[in-house]
Amino acid sequence: MLDKIILAILVSAISFFSVYITTPFLIKGLEKRNLTVKDYNRIGGAMVPRPGGPSILVGILASEFTLYIFFPTSEILAIMITTSLAFVVGMIDDRKVLGGWFKPVALAISAVPIILLGTYNSHLSFPLFGSVRIPELYVALVIFMIPVTGNTINSIDVLNGVASGFMTIASFALTISLFIIHNYDIALASLPLGFVSLAFYKYHKFPSRIFPGDSGALTLGAMYGVLAIVGHVEIIAAVALLPAVMNSFLFLSSVKRIIEHRQIKSNPVTHTDDFKLMATTDKDAPVTLVRLILAEGPMTEKQVGFVIFKLALFSSLLAIATACMMEIKI
Amino acid sequence: MKGIQIFLFVFVMWILIIVGGGLLISIIAPMTISGYGKIDSILDSGVKALIAMILVIVWIFTLSKIKNWIFKKQIKN
Repeated sequence: MLDKIILAILVSAISFFSVYITTPFLIKGLEKRNLTVKDYNRIGGAMVPRPGGPSILVGILASEFTLYIFFPTSEILAIMITTSLAFVVGMIDDRKVLGGWFKPVALAISAVPIILLGTYNSHLSFPLFGSVRIPELYVALVIFMIPVTGNTINSIDVLNGVASGFMTIASFALTISLFIIHNYDIALASLPLGFVSLAFYKYHKFPSRIFPGDSGALTLGAMYGVLAIVGHVEIIAAVALLPAVMNSFLFLSSVKRIIEHRQIKSNPVTHTDDFKLMATTDKDAPVTLVRLILAEGPMTEKQVGFVIFKLALFSSLLAIATACMMEIKI
Repeated sequence: MKGIQIFLFVFVMWILIIVGGGLLISIIAPMTISGYGKIDSILDSGVKALIAMILVIVWIFTLSKIKNWIFKKQIKN
């Protein structure tokens, strides 16, 4: 047990400090190459470097590879390969404007290594009621899960610090849940996701010095999805992600089709004279989580971010409660 | 508390997940289809998958109705 504790400290430190150290260099490099985008929610519209995906991937691969040296398991291999493929998908999307269907299809292909390496268990576990074996259906679930988690995290990357902050909270809840259900090996493999997100949050929080871009958000989301599958905590992972799932649900149920955010003609959020965020009254604008939060009145970007973090904490507590309920059978 | 309806909605989503899981495990999973020879297992999985998909549609429809009810004021605004 002591060796696992030492390894947990080691991978946590590697993941945190790789991102913490490499991100400032990435920021400088992106600024030098003029790879910046306008932050529309900031007074004066500051130009912010994007994407931060490369430093996120460096942190994940450095720590997971260290873990792989000590525990050479197919699960860790699946985490590294699928996460890297999702990063490539994100990088392509960061560079080129592609159709709304590109990301879900490409991310579905990224999930194939999980199936090829056989790192899934076809039992789907539910709290209180036990588990159900769905061999054929589970393969479809694996293919479906990576695009869902990837795009869900990408869809909440709308305000400074929200995607990385949300991921920090959700992934630590996932680690705690994995410990509760005694899946220590995957709990160990999940630690880098939380620490990478936390280190990136330092630069992504309001006022952002870098944006994760599609490569960053999809990398984080895909890794979360792989952990859910290889750790057999699909339902717990979905619960921890509920506010982001809700955002996607609200968006899809209002626009009624799969489209990219940039394709939206009516913006759901506008600004007040003092540059606070305010929900728009435009009937054609999609309903989103941020728009619902702002329905109670204008708020600063930082305040909206904190409401989302409170929701993430709430859903994380529900996820931990779900993990505890896994031990109870009725 | 600001945005209490959103917390309520997240809680409702959680309850629906648990109830849906309960239905899946205690009612749908134990069902067996037999008497069709070699295609028994395919038919069995297919019917269960179809029921699961119907359940997901019902879940989304229910959630949509609850969303309209919980956020009536916000949506009107």
